[in-house]
Amino acid sequence: MPHDNATPISDRHWPEGGVTRVPYWAYSDPEVYRREIDLIFCGESWAYIGLGVEIPNPGDYKQVTLGDRPLVMSRDRDGDIHVFVNRCAHRGVKFCRQPWGNVKQFTCPYHLWSYDLTGKLRGVPFRHGVKGQGGMPETFKREDYSLEELRVSTRGGAVFATFSTAVESFEDYLGPTFLPLYDRMFDGRALTLLGYTQQLIPSNWKLMFENLKDPYHASLMHVFLVTFGLFRADNPSAIKMDQKGRHGALISMKGNQQSTADNAEMQNLKSDLHLRDPRLIDPVREYPGTETVVMQTLWPNLIVQQQSNTLAMRQLIPRGPESFELSWTFFGYADDTAEMTLRRLRQANLMGPAGLVSVDDSEVMKLSQAGVSPHPNATGLFEMGGYDTDDTEHMVTEAAIRAFYDYYCHVMGF
Amino acid sequence: MSVPIELRLEIEDLLQAYGAALDHDELEQWPQFFTDDCFYQVIPRENYDRGLPLALIRCESKGMLEDRIYAIRETLMFEPRYVRHLISGVRITGQDEYGIMAEANYAVFETPLNELTRVFNVGRYLDRIVREDGVLKFAEKHCVFDSLLVPNSIVIPI
Repeated sequence: MPHDNATPISDRHWPEGGVTRVPYWAYSDPEVYRREIDLIFCGESWAYIGLGVEIPNPGDYKQVTLGDRPLVMSRDRDGDIHVFVNRCAHRGVKFCRQPWGNVKQFTCPYHLWSYDLTGKLRGVPFRHGVKGQGGMPETFKREDYSLEELRVSTRGGAVFATFSTAVESFEDYLGPTFLPLYDRMFDGRALTLLGYTQQLIPSNWKLMFENLKDPYHASLMHVFLVTFGLFRADNPSAIKMDQKGRHGALISMKGNQQSTADNAEMQNLKSDLHLRDPRLIDPVREYPGTETVVMQTLWPNLIVQQQSNTLAMRQLIPRGPESFELSWTFFGYADDTAEMTLRRLRQANLMGPAGLVSVDDSEVMKLSQAGVSPHPNATGLFEMGGYDTDDTEHMVTEAAIRAFYDYYCHVMGF
Repeated sequence: MSVPIELRLEIEDLLQAYGAALDHDELEQWPQFFTDDCFYQVIPRENYDRGLPLALIRCESKGMLEDRIYAIRETLMFEPRYVRHLISGVRITGQDEYGIMAEANYAVFETPLNELTRVFNVGRYLDRIVREDGVLKFAEKHCVFDSLLVPNSIVIPI
């Protein structure tokens, strides 16, 4: 089959079968990718930007990325958080160069235009010329050239932003199902930053969301998780979506493991494996309820991770149709005991680019991309659990992926 | 500081044997380079310099090293690859009752089978080395790597 990525986007038609099928051009077409950046990442959505604890003091800032757009998250003198486009209002220079730091003002290195911590233009060198010559015209007004600022919403210590002036409040955006799930982790306690890791995954960004919205792969592929009963298809579990299908949550509760005909199909089960140092996995319950795994995929760019006691924000930063950065920020709570912090750091061995579990995912996403990329006109099958997009009380389903593509097609006009 | 030439050579040999075991897929040998109560971590320079404790790999005993090798051999799913460690610029930076402090630069190249070799992970080792039954072993090994962004996955230890 010819490589047909020259097909104009107007000729792209979602295959028959609706959300039970995904055309492989959706993972590689540059025009589709361009539209995703504009309509999904920079459209009517609240995108994750960072944690307030990353910039605790006035003047603190951090470079961040939304879609393909470099931004700066900063804290002003009043303690309020701003998110600016990292682009000087003069000639477009990406003025902020350090990944993070503390400043009194932002100064562009080219012509030294300077901005205060709220993004207002303060300094324009040679504005009145030199020795009466040159300078900006009388009509030039500084107040017309602030940094482009995004709408910002903070809740429970996390920062979200949007380019949209129309999108509903962040709370309404999460909706009645996801707001309580979100607040369960961001319950008002001060957060503490444990550290970062980032990986460049050679696949389309949507494959990451599919991975987290497909819970049943975990009980088949993640032998490490399965063996220690951290996540299995026979655990009590649930899949939840918001009304639009754009957010999804995968919830697993620890149950009693037993050998049954069903888990005999989990061929990778190695019930004789014992850790030499069991401190690696020593989970304790820290939230009300029996949920041990709650993975929330929040449109458009965030995975909120509770895997036992490892808490992390995983931010998706697309880098072209066939590559994305997965940027992990691990955190705990300021009132954690030293023992709890150690537990989080030890369990982090399961996650990230070297994670005893998550390596499986980043490796399989590379293989997925390698499989779909040369075949844009072929389609993937998403019929596990039926054809619907409803919540379930089990994990043997691809309903959350179907719900995601239902909303995706709505936004993208397919 | 003055270090006997024999000790310098012995530390150089330890580091090169360590790299060779990983490069030659003798992963079961890897924990044998460490003491029983060792500390091993692979941590981005950004976290290390800022005092943020999160590591990509964090092992607090030889048992945890052995568990990781077991996972690589038996539970992890990954594409086959070769790695190649270049270890140079060994410096002995201190010596006290807790052992010998040594630093070295490292570059790990990765060759996924059927793909070009690429620079995979570059950084420095910060080691505390002790003598156990006449043999030098790592009591601590911190692999502090420069690029926060990792190419896909780290499977073989650094």
